[in-house]
Amino acid sequence: MRYLFLIFALAVLPLFSAAAIAPQEMLDDPVLEQRARELGKELRCPVCQNQSLDDSEAEIAQDLRRIVRERLVAGDTDAEVKSYLVARYGDYVLLEPPMKPKTWALWFGPALVVVIGGVAVWQIARRNRQRLAEYPESDADWADDPQANS
Amino acid sequence: MKRWLYLLPLAAFVALAVYLWFGLGRDPNVLPSALIDRPAPHIELPPLAGRQPEKPLATEHLKTGEPLLVNFFASWCVPCRAEHPLITALAEEHGFQVHAINYKDKPKEAATWLRGLGDPYGRVGVDPEGRAGIEFGIYGVPETFVIDAEGHVRHRHPGPLTPDLVESTILPMLESLR
Repeated sequence: MRYLFLIFALAVLPLFSAAAIAPQEMLDDPVLEQRARELGKELRCPVCQNQSLDDSEAEIAQDLRRIVRERLVAGDTDAEVKSYLVARYGDYVLLEPPMKPKTWALWFGPALVVVIGGVAVWQIARRNRQRLAEYPESDADWADDPQANS
Repeated sequence: MKRWLYLLPLAAFVALAVYLWFGLGRDPNVLPSALIDRPAPHIELPPLAGRQPEKPLATEHLKTGEPLLVNFFASWCVPCRAEHPLITALAEEHGFQVHAINYKDKPKEAATWLRGLGDPYGRVGVDPEGRAGIEFGIYGVPETFVIDAEGHVRHRHPGPLTPDLVESTILPMLESLR
């Protein structure tokens, strides 16, 4: 029973944590506020680089949260809000880097490494199989010989 | 089997090691400005009250045919105090125009601060809400921007200027833009 409660408490905790947004910062319109929250999670605080705008208590993050809300109230789309901030703070404010030639290495690099490694492993395995096929008897003898491994 | 293929992993490792080694020397807090080589952002700031001359600061004042500096400062900012003699020298000894943006400050305190420490600035615009700061993409004060003759941003330095930095970067850059 006590464990159940603990599990429940841990599960619910994240709902209350996060977001350094003060009540007076919030918009009256719940739809716009929701959009502001979504944007706040995708944008990076420039001075505390591993926090999102919403998580940060830094003054500049507060200012930027206000700007995000102002832009939304002014009728900007989410993409327009983002490009407004990117124009001033660079791609760095986006927690998810944009897809462009400069970031291809970032996006595709890991997959490329896996492919190169996979091809290498496959080649080696194939070569070993071929070698086994060329000398089937010697290998079989070797495997059957109890003294070979000692 | 070609022998040299065995060297490939070593070569890849060396390349990665060199790349990462240089990465180690970089300060991850210093981010490139998004404004480099672009026109200075649009600002229209009222003058700092209680300072003579009481002249406003707008984008048009940044396009003068001469390179200049824009320095964000505040009276509550300790590093601003530390870099102030360097800013003063750039303006008074080297003869470069330096405009200031007084960031999230009380005009009275800013005017007193300038009276006490000396006032090397051409124009001082006030930015009580930090909006001009956001237009320039600053993180805090002090920050200094080098603007060229056409009013384009050429360099940005977040944090206080240091003698080294002035000698190695700011001055050569200003001289070359003159």
